[in-house]
Amino acid sequence: MSEKTTPEPAAPAGKHAAKEPAADSPMQASPVEDVASGVVIDTAGGNIPPSAVPSSSQSGSIRPGPGDSLLRQIFTGNAMVSLLSVVLAIVLGGILMAVTNPKVAATAGYFFAQPGDLLTEVFRPYAALVQGSIFNWAGTDTAAQLYPITETLTVSTPLICAGLGVALAFRAGLFNIGAQGQIIFGALFGAYIGFTWHLPVGLHLLVVIVAGLIGGAVWGGVVGLLKARTGAHEVIVTIMLNYIANFLLLFLLTTPAFQRKGSTNPISPFLDQNALFPELLGPQFRLHAGFLVAVLATAFVWWLLNRSTVGFEFRAVGANASAAQTAGINVARSTILVMAIAGALAGLAGITQVSGTEKYLSGGVAASIGFDAITVALLGRSTPWGTFFAGLLFGAFRAGGVAMQAQTQTPIDIVLVIQSLIVLFIAAPPLVRAIFGLNPRKKKPTQGGTAGSKASGVKSGAAA
Amino acid sequence: MSATIQPPASQRDADAALSKGDAKAASELVSWKAGIGLGLLAVLGTVLFGLLANDKLAGFRIAEARDPNASTVAAWVTLAVALAASAYLAYLWAARRRQGGPVDRWIPAAALAAVVVLGLAALGVARLEKVAAPSMAVGWICSAVLLALAGYAIFLTTQRRPAPRWVGGVFAVVFLVGFLVWIVAGGRDSEPSISLGGLLAGSVTLAVPLVFGSLSGVLCERVGVVNIAIEGQLLLGAFSAAVVATVTGNVYFGLISAGVAGALVSLVLAVVSIKYLVNQIIVGVVLNVLISGLTSFLFSTLLTADPEHLNKPGRLDPVDIPFLADIPVIGPILFHQSLVGYLMYAAVIVVYVGLFHTKWGLRVRAVGEHPQAADTVGINVNRTRFRNVLMGGAIAGIGGSFFTLVSVDAFSKDMSGGRGYIALAALIFGRWNPIGAFLAALLFGFADNLQSIITIIGSPVPSQFMAMLPYALTVIAVAGLVGRSRPPAASGIPYVKG
Repeated sequence: MSEKTTPEPAAPAGKHAAKEPAADSPMQASPVEDVASGVVIDTAGGNIPPSAVPSSSQSGSIRPGPGDSLLRQIFTGNAMVSLLSVVLAIVLGGILMAVTNPKVAATAGYFFAQPGDLLTEVFRPYAALVQGSIFNWAGTDTAAQLYPITETLTVSTPLICAGLGVALAFRAGLFNIGAQGQIIFGALFGAYIGFTWHLPVGLHLLVVIVAGLIGGAVWGGVVGLLKARTGAHEVIVTIMLNYIANFLLLFLLTTPAFQRKGSTNPISPFLDQNALFPELLGPQFRLHAGFLVAVLATAFVWWLLNRSTVGFEFRAVGANASAAQTAGINVARSTILVMAIAGALAGLAGITQVSGTEKYLSGGVAASIGFDAITVALLGRSTPWGTFFAGLLFGAFRAGGVAMQAQTQTPIDIVLVIQSLIVLFIAAPPLVRAIFGLNPRKKKPTQGGTAGSKASGVKSGAAA
Repeated sequence: MSATIQPPASQRDADAALSKGDAKAASELVSWKAGIGLGLLAVLGTVLFGLLANDKLAGFRIAEARDPNASTVAAWVTLAVALAASAYLAYLWAARRRQGGPVDRWIPAAALAAVVVLGLAALGVARLEKVAAPSMAVGWICSAVLLALAGYAIFLTTQRRPAPRWVGGVFAVVFLVGFLVWIVAGGRDSEPSISLGGLLAGSVTLAVPLVFGSLSGVLCERVGVVNIAIEGQLLLGAFSAAVVATVTGNVYFGLISAGVAGALVSLVLAVVSIKYLVNQIIVGVVLNVLISGLTSFLFSTLLTADPEHLNKPGRLDPVDIPFLADIPVIGPILFHQSLVGYLMYAAVIVVYVGLFHTKWGLRVRAVGEHPQAADTVGINVNRTRFRNVLMGGAIAGIGGSFFTLVSVDAFSKDMSGGRGYIALAALIFGRWNPIGAFLAALLFGFADNLQSIITIIGSPVPSQFMAMLPYALTVIAVAGLVGRSRPPAASGIPYVKG
């Protein structure tokens, strides 16, 4: 106990912000330092946790170096990093599948005699994935050939809605891990209206959607309220509320009000025909109008964030809550409102599940959508349309994963691995740039050389 | 935790600041939260335990001893030791009060523990096999006490005085007793009863992974890194323990590999969040998904194909500690554990002493509270963080081995089942303190075990609500409705040397 120099927790932290040399020398900064200076800005000089997606990548690309050509800027920009992250994750997933597949080992034994066999075996799962998610070239007629892409859109719908909710909260500096619970609440409210009330065509669906939005908004708003009033950390609260919502759902499904008559399973009655989303392409496809709602929701979130005062306030609060407060923005109100809207979007995802895809309420209504939504929002860099396309990509993974499991016995869990690897790489652009030797403005040529050899190592590993 | 603990000035701010801060904040502005909260709970208690009570007897079986002779000796010795300890602590307490000095927090806590041990030892000496309580009478008595305590708290609030800490403590204990009696009496049988020994022993066992997980969280958060990846660390620990123990044929290698696996998860967390400065919460969440996917994939492809050679680890059997295990009631609960269980006790003590009574701990907490200041005095912030995160991962990994080496002797998909998140809850409920986290984990283990027991005897409360309890308690705790929970100041913020 020689040291008595425990720092005072109450020391005015604000002073350090001013002292941080945020971006004094951008010209000589090395890639890692460049990120570091970005983080210093992002954390307001070490006072707040960094945002989910670095502000630099939300607004556009990183600053180009002085001597960078246009080609180099394209190759080191964020779009490229996203693409490379996906490629890298797919390659790593392929390696994982290859080493765990006994057939690959068998074909590797006569690799030099017939290299085709090994490659076919390695690429078979991905072929099945594409076949199950985009275009089924083995289909007998057009409908069968196009079925996978409609399936992808169907699976994407709730992912997009919930992903928008998570992304919106990210932009306001909040971690909405609670999409799962909000989906459950939306589905719970909507489904109850859906199977107990009997309203005319059109009106019923509208009421169900509104109920779902309210349900999600309530469950999300609680988080915002607790955060704004008591300072409770939203990550902890949302994780806990997920479990509470889940157990509440399981309980309600055993009560007479929710359980299907004459069924011993914890599932609800089917929703009224009028409460369902109309099918877009006829009864042989599962694609329903919920997908159009997801598109509308994306457009709405884009408008909200980029064209409305409220959205501007959200972004200001997300960038720096203290500064926003000083500028006269009601941070508490913004926090509650953004969580309520985020919850409503997740609730919409719940509605697309009960009113579109599943048509009844069950304990697994939210599946793992709430957690996938986080990865969707991260991959989409928290922008509305980015989230939309990320949702489509992960929807394709999901839909294709099912087909892959059926055709090649590759467990669908590989999809989780690939998804999380993508997000991990996307979150750390310097890591990806280092792997592919694309770090901008590198001073030492040796650094690029080693990174390049690493990358080629990965590639050759994939081929082996 | 011995009598040598004299919190030095340096420790006060981190450890005792909570209580001091509470008192200060309360004296400035007496909050109605405590009064209203207790009042609502008291009304709830009255409705449940009093108005909704039936006239059945609630039986609590006390676990019978295995060796009657040995246990009598052990019981008498325990009784004597507990008596002496309670007397000494009471004397110490009274002496401090008389001198007018502040009473250290550990004295009331230790005195309470000694009295509980005393009571349990007395039960053992008396050779009582079963306690039966008339639920109606006990329910009304508990309701009356609850209402009186709530009334007292509200009265104090009107006098602009904060309610003393013991009010909350007594309230919680009486509520728990009333709840247990009510819920057991609500069973299907005409004379429902549960095994008290079994209930408590099961609670400790179920709490083992939670304790390891929350200790991992304590080590990481105290140094300023949020560890959401506890779930992943537990899961990969469980997986590698199963595989390595099967392949090598030695459970101890499995145990070690579990620690390594947990540290591996931590390594990714540390590299990505400390070196590449990615938001720690994101890394944690993504790692959980990654580990869940990875272990499920490997389980489905490799482990199910060849369970004989890959997924058949041995078991770490419970070991009795001689003499201590013979103490009635207490012995089977605390001293009939597997190696992992004993490691848990050791880990709690080591982490507690390490964090609060060593130079290393002081540095760790400095880094977690104010990294700039720590850097100024020459502490390498990011290296300290790196080490701690790795250590935390290893601890959580060992906790994960509980699933495959102690609880069930094979790995299955997602077998940690969200316990990493409950561990996170325990960490917060325990206010970022190893002892607090340990007690909170025990409470959550108790709720978990009670839930499965009352499902068997049939109960008036749906089991889902019991399952909800830990999560609801945590929300209440983080919302500051019960006391104040404050995370380390720099938790979640990467450090950039500027």
